[in-house]
Amino acid sequence: MADTPPPGRSPDQPADAASLPTGAGVPAVIENSVPAVQGTPAPIDVSARRLNEDEFDQPNPTLAGFAAGFGLTFSTMFKKVYTQQYPFEVFPTAPRYHGRHVLNRHPDGLEKCVGCELCAWACPADAIYVEGGDNTEEARFSPGERYGKVYQINYLRCIFCGLCIEACPTRSLTMSNEYELALDNRQDLIYTKEQLMAPLLPGMEAPPHPMRLGDEKAYYTPRPQKGAPQREANVAGKPITGHAIEVGGHHA
Amino acid sequence: MGLEEKLPDGILLASVEGLVNWTRKSSLWPVTFGLACCAIEMMTFGAPRFDSARFGMEVFRPSPRQADLMIVAGRVSQKMAPVVRQIYDQMAEPRWVIAMGVCASSGGMFNNYAIVQGVDHIIPVDMYLPGCPPRPEMLIDAILKLHHKISNEPLGPKRAAKLAGQKVELVPSSQKFAKVRHGASEEAGND
Repeated sequence: MADTPPPGRSPDQPADAASLPTGAGVPAVIENSVPAVQGTPAPIDVSARRLNEDEFDQPNPTLAGFAAGFGLTFSTMFKKVYTQQYPFEVFPTAPRYHGRHVLNRHPDGLEKCVGCELCAWACPADAIYVEGGDNTEEARFSPGERYGKVYQINYLRCIFCGLCIEACPTRSLTMSNEYELALDNRQDLIYTKEQLMAPLLPGMEAPPHPMRLGDEKAYYTPRPQKGAPQREANVAGKPITGHAIEVGGHHA
Repeated sequence: MGLEEKLPDGILLASVEGLVNWTRKSSLWPVTFGLACCAIEMMTFGAPRFDSARFGMEVFRPSPRQADLMIVAGRVSQKMAPVVRQIYDQMAEPRWVIAMGVCASSGGMFNNYAIVQGVDHIIPVDMYLPGCPPRPEMLIDAILKLHHKISNEPLGPKRAAKLAGQKVELVPSSQKFAKVRHGASEEAGND
């Protein structure tokens, strides 16, 4: 804007009062500051001309102008501090925040995962690796025919989109609200089944053990009620600790 | 890493180590290095709501010589890789790197020919931060874990040899520092 001079004035000539429009938007101080320079062409009608940007930005060196500017700054001293003191004060996430995963259990402790690999198929980032295994009468881990023998999620690939959760037919896989996952090596960020399994609540028994709640049908018929709170996702909201790093592991 | 490695025998550095590490971790100046969407969260981290100035790192340096920390925020394309390396090389030692987000850490969902599969292929990484993108709290958590790592750094090769094999635990920041916990999540949503 500033590079196009107004008509009747060469670029190197200072803006004088005659070429400036008077009235709204222009401070009164300028009006009678500089007299019209002799020899300049007769001022054309500038009332229709739009103000240049630098003309808008004329300072307002009055006391009221300073008071308005500094007053705004000063008034923030009486406003509430906006900063969230995160590590010292922890704010909850949205209730359905996509944090790290949990592999849930049936009320008797058997795993809900049946090793179908649908989560791995749904994953757009190929972050999930599942190997199914066969349940036997001697060693039963889940009510169905099969169970997830190996279950790994690579958190350096996972984008927390939740498509695996939608794909899971038994609601075995859900997400917790936990998010503090940073670690200093890639290997430990591949979470294994032991890290992902929900903890054993009172009344649960670590598999393998036979089905305690009746036949397979009894396990699978009660679908999650529509409208029922989705509590199981937060069962294992406890952060995983115990990750130790080598002293002096800094390479540079 | 620095001058301390050139020191001759017989100079006691007992609590200098703690002091040096404290100064290093208390003013980690990050170099401006936003590459993609993670940079938006990184900017939020510097803005008033999360206020990185609380950790002595308010100003993102546009000049690598004045920076100690590179937060690689976003996917690194093959074309960008030499630039990342050059900026890293221009930073003065000691220097640290956080790979922010899954793309910088491992390539993330972009498992293809255009993206470097993890920035640790070109520069050494000290902290990997999952998430797509990670929320600013996750970045603060990663930085505080890095602080913990720095404050346990041995000073000089002799000290490093003495401490070799020892380990320090990385505790989630909310467990380590939280004094106040604001109300738990509202009753979880429905299916």
